[in-house]
Amino acid sequence: MLKIWSMKQQQQAASAAEGGQKKKKVTAAQLRAQKDLSELSLPPTIRMHMPDPEDILNFTLTIEPDEGMYKCGSFNFTFAINSNFPHEPPKVKCTQKIYHPNIDLDGNVCLNILREDWKPVLNLNAVIVGLQFLFLEPNPSDPLNKEAAEDLRLTRENFKRNVKNSMNGGYVKNVQFERVLK
Amino acid sequence: MRTMTPKCKRHSSMILKSCKLHKFVLAYTRGANNSGAGGLGCEILKNLALSGFKDIHVIDMDTIDVSNLNRQFLFRASDVGKPKATVAASFVMSRVKDVTITPYYGAIQDKDQEYYMQFKLVICGLDSVEARRWINATLVDMVDIDNPESLKPLIDGGTEGFKGQSRVILPTLTSCYECSLDMLTPQTAVPLCTLATIPRQPAHCVEWASILEWPRVFEDKKLDNDDPEHVQWIYEQALHRAQEFNISGVTYSLTQGVIKNIIPAIASTNAIIAASCCNEALKIATGANPYLNNYMMYIGNEGVYTHTFEHEKKDDCPVCGNLATDFAVDPEWTLEEFIDRLKEQPEVQIKKPTLVTERRRLYYQGPPQLNEQTRPNLEKKMRDLVDNREEIAITDPGLPFSLRLNVIFS
Repeated sequence: MLKIWSMKQQQQAASAAEGGQKKKKVTAAQLRAQKDLSELSLPPTIRMHMPDPEDILNFTLTIEPDEGMYKCGSFNFTFAINSNFPHEPPKVKCTQKIYHPNIDLDGNVCLNILREDWKPVLNLNAVIVGLQFLFLEPNPSDPLNKEAAEDLRLTRENFKRNVKNSMNGGYVKNVQFERVLK
Repeated sequence: MRTMTPKCKRHSSMILKSCKLHKFVLAYTRGANNSGAGGLGCEILKNLALSGFKDIHVIDMDTIDVSNLNRQFLFRASDVGKPKATVAASFVMSRVKDVTITPYYGAIQDKDQEYYMQFKLVICGLDSVEARRWINATLVDMVDIDNPESLKPLIDGGTEGFKGQSRVILPTLTSCYECSLDMLTPQTAVPLCTLATIPRQPAHCVEWASILEWPRVFEDKKLDNDDPEHVQWIYEQALHRAQEFNISGVTYSLTQGVIKNIIPAIASTNAIIAASCCNEALKIATGANPYLNNYMMYIGNEGVYTHTFEHEKKDDCPVCGNLATDFAVDPEWTLEEFIDRLKEQPEVQIKKPTLVTERRRLYYQGPPQLNEQTRPNLEKKMRDLVDNREEIAITDPGLPFSLRLNVIFS
């Protein structure tokens, strides 16, 4: 009898400890990313993929423009959101070596809302729309790839040819680019 | 609202002795190395010890740098390279009688809620937004309605050049750090394309070297701002680039300043802000006077200007605005049934909720990959998905931020 009583006491203490201990909370950064992700409205030209579905803070995005000079290409980006999101913007990189005035050969992207114009009220949707816009309207006045920007400024036709060439895995001025046709 | 009852009001240094304050304060000093917060830490520690606090813990993740010695007076040239927390603790203990200071050389994030629970109040002289958000969220999360001791006042000090601020945060009762996040001036960043093509200032060259050139050359190696070899490399690259563009002024110390985001620290600003923080600590600990409600800014650029105001709590603050409310759940419900009940609640206007717990995603409305993956959960029983008292966080297009519910199994 005594033994049963002490077992009961132990059990109660254990369940009290379990119930009393507060479970960990979802962080503010995660919650915000969750809200942004679940409310994304992606057009058919954009797909997103999570290599590790347990980790919503790191994912990839594939953009396949259906118009403009980069039509028929398939462009991959990595998104990395840190614990200071949305105070800090997500880190976005292009994983392919492509010919684009606003993306350098290492995949760095020059998009104002990814850096100097980022505000916490902006969301992932805005960043994704911004990225897609870069393929519709490459911007030669904010160049990250100077040669490409120069080409675009001088003759649009020549630039278009270069884009085609590069997307096919060809050379532009002795630099070979990755084949990105879908 | 007063959290501690005043024991005697006449002479604070006397009371402190007679009350034998135990485990009263935890002061952080993190980061003198890069923003002068360690400068705050030294001042705070000295003030606390001299005000009669008896048991102080100090956390700092940095080691002492030569450049700290001008204002971080607890350190000597022979201490360079040693952990700040350890050196500061032993120095103050050697000079002030009857005070126990326990140093911890590491990050505040290394410690858990149980650790923070042992203190009466927390004083921060941190140098980053991230660390402040972390300690703020942790202290808010610790508040347990059934345990008055779980509410730990947070005193936060910060300086930047001639300006500074100190504030008192009573977690869940008054405006928290997260509530005021939108008051921060955004960090001024230079467009990437400027760095890449037309640098105009020496700092642009340093940024170019650290943001663009380092990752290009060392693809998988992360730049360590504290590694002199790394800094030297950045310096050399930046110098070379500056010469290319005819820019003068790239030096080793400028390089260090730019990559570590050093804001010039002024010893007297630190002293003023630390004094204010410690006054508030003393007032809260003894009840000798009303404490700061709740934000004091100090501007020393031209003469002295201070302004004290009450920063208001934000209703939709993601940290303290919508605290978890209890929600009775039948463990036999499926997740889908649970969601249906939620939608029926008139006070929460939910239409397409996404639900997660800290350890698992329950249901995602989108994107398609996550929706497909979590859809099978809709059929599962609540008892197989969540534990009793576990928190579910819900976002919904109809909610400005998020809703947190504590599952209470019935």
